[in-house]
Amino acid sequence: MELLSGADMLIRSLQDQGIEYIYGYPGGAALHIYDALFRQDEVKHILVRHEQAAVHMADGYARATGLPGTVLVTSGPGATNTITGIATAFMDSIPMVVLCGQVASTLIGEDAFQETDMMGVSRPVVKHNLSVRHPSEIPEIIRKAYYIASTGRPGPVVVDIPKDMTAPNERFEYAYPKKVKLRSYNPAIRGHAGQIKKAVDMMLAARRPIIYAGGGVILGKASGQLTELVRKLGYPITNTLMGIGCYPASDKQHLGWLGMHGTYEANMAMHHSDLILAVGARFDDRVTNATEKFCPGARIIHIDIDPASISKTIDADVPIVGPVDAVLKEMLALVKESKEKPDAEALASWWRQIDEWRAFHGMRYETSPDVIKPQEVVEMLHRLTNGDAFVTSDVGQHQMFAAQYYKFDKPNRWINSGGLGTMGFGLPAAMGIKLTHPDEEVLCITGEGSIQMNIQELSTCNQYKLPVKIINLNNQSLGMVRQWQDMNYESRHSHSYMESLPDFIKLAEAYGHVGIRIDKKEDLEPKLKEALAMKDRLVFVDIQVDRFEHVYPMQVARGCMKDMWLSKTERV
Amino acid sequence: MRRIISVLLENEPGALSRVVGLFSQRNYNIETLTVAPTEDETLSRLTVTTTGPDRVIEQITKQLNKLVEVVKLVDLTEGPHIERELMLIKLKATGSQRAEIKRTVDIFRGQIVDVTSSVYTVQLAGASDKLDGFVQAIGTSGVLEVVRSGVSGIARGEKVLSL
Repeated sequence: MELLSGADMLIRSLQDQGIEYIYGYPGGAALHIYDALFRQDEVKHILVRHEQAAVHMADGYARATGLPGTVLVTSGPGATNTITGIATAFMDSIPMVVLCGQVASTLIGEDAFQETDMMGVSRPVVKHNLSVRHPSEIPEIIRKAYYIASTGRPGPVVVDIPKDMTAPNERFEYAYPKKVKLRSYNPAIRGHAGQIKKAVDMMLAARRPIIYAGGGVILGKASGQLTELVRKLGYPITNTLMGIGCYPASDKQHLGWLGMHGTYEANMAMHHSDLILAVGARFDDRVTNATEKFCPGARIIHIDIDPASISKTIDADVPIVGPVDAVLKEMLALVKESKEKPDAEALASWWRQIDEWRAFHGMRYETSPDVIKPQEVVEMLHRLTNGDAFVTSDVGQHQMFAAQYYKFDKPNRWINSGGLGTMGFGLPAAMGIKLTHPDEEVLCITGEGSIQMNIQELSTCNQYKLPVKIINLNNQSLGMVRQWQDMNYESRHSHSYMESLPDFIKLAEAYGHVGIRIDKKEDLEPKLKEALAMKDRLVFVDIQVDRFEHVYPMQVARGCMKDMWLSKTERV
Repeated sequence: MRRIISVLLENEPGALSRVVGLFSQRNYNIETLTVAPTEDETLSRLTVTTTGPDRVIEQITKQLNKLVEVVKLVDLTEGPHIERELMLIKLKATGSQRAEIKRTVDIFRGQIVDVTSSVYTVQLAGASDKLDGFVQAIGTSGVLEVVRSGVSGIARGEKVLSL
């Protein structure tokens, strides 16, 4: 057997795990590891400008590919800077391994230079964390970390590596374990057959059914099974913000996404349904509105890989714990062989009702002859990219507009921080995607507030030539904050106005990129085309949009699913 | 309702902090917590008593089960079970009080395990409400110090929580 140092074992383990890219930032406690990285070229390292961005890059990569992302940072501030990124991944169940240097084990607890208890600090925002106590454990720990991160309900795993564990002068036998043995961790591999049968019977007997799909469908790679089942049944489907793309948005059975800023028809159909099939969704507060008023006439079937997601906020009548792809496959087989068929008449009248709702609002917004509306920018981008781009977003109004008006037909293309709501996510996530999808269009739809939270990464984009397109919907304010202040605080705009914005064009140019400003409506299309035509350049498109626009529909706080504002003046 | 949840946990550094962290993170209540290794030194047995509505208790057991280091758990209050808690209590014992305390200790089947001219130290084991009953019977004015172990529990009959 080969003898390797801890640092070499770590890098070799990454190779054997099939890791192509890691994102990170060096520092004292990680130097042995960085030296091992230098002496090979299989695992490529991307040097970011801030550790938070490294995590979002790994996250963007993971969301686009379904594979776990990898981060490498040093101890102390290097490690704590990753926390927002880790929490972002945790809330959205994104598989990821974060390797953190740590001070030497002999110094732990002595308040050594750049010492932080990363095991303690990260504990509430990780699926699991592991600490290396002997160099020989490294291959097994790395194998475990990836296994835990990417199985069951995925999530981030932190590995804390004291510096002496990677010392170059101590060598140990290296073998990468083929299997992982964890007696206390056994994610479900299939659903309960009896429950699935019961669910299918209920589905076929329903008169006003709806399918409510979440991010779990995308994480569970079950879009194909879901689409087939929904088409077979002919039932309406809505999905969550995280589930966007799990079912083609252009399909007539798709009602758009639901919840706080969901479509009128999706929220109405949920409220009036008699059966909800929830698939890989978690009845989040941004979906349900007031839980005690949630869908009063509906019975609920809930499929999820995580038992704790079931009956957490809304009680399920039929809980099914299992991987969504396997469960949906079984359901489809049962539907196909069942003698019962959905009641055609009831279904036709349900669809008539839904089509009325659809016609009533239809995601309309007011246009203006001279002011650029953020919605129309997104609609135009959808047209110009044939609806086929990877779109990342930050958090706020622009995020909602992007999700509402860019119609995604494929999974893994809408990339946003839905759970934690992390501003500064968009640009690094887009970078992570562009790096591994160089021939695909990658747009970062952002706002002037969010983009400044990780704008230093323009430098990383220059170093690695990452030609993402940044679409800055610039309304000179923290738009969503301002919208809430308009609606709930009598328009007292406390600190939601962005004064002293930089000249984004000059800023982009200073980092070696192209900047384009759009402030006239007639320039919108030609200049967006010009930006998209520059395939090998990062283009920062700064668009002056309507400063007073609000996002609608918007559910009325503490109401039920169907209580919504449809514009500044219309409430239903 | 009060519940006694018994957990088999990997005996590893940090495992206990995950359990305790989970309770504070998710706003669950811990009334007592006991933990010690079992006959299998790779496993710890942890008993936690908590209160909450059924929905919260269900979440507690599910969230505990999600922790990678939790091997198995059982809500003992769902079936017949035995619960015990140990109390060491130091009482002011002078003059006529000494005989009275001795009688009360006997009634509660406790033992006086240490004596000075003015103090008795009493050991008492039983269900938590029996210990409460003893403290009440003695009256708080005579109590100098109380140490309670927290609840340990085990199912009655042949039911076993093991690997």
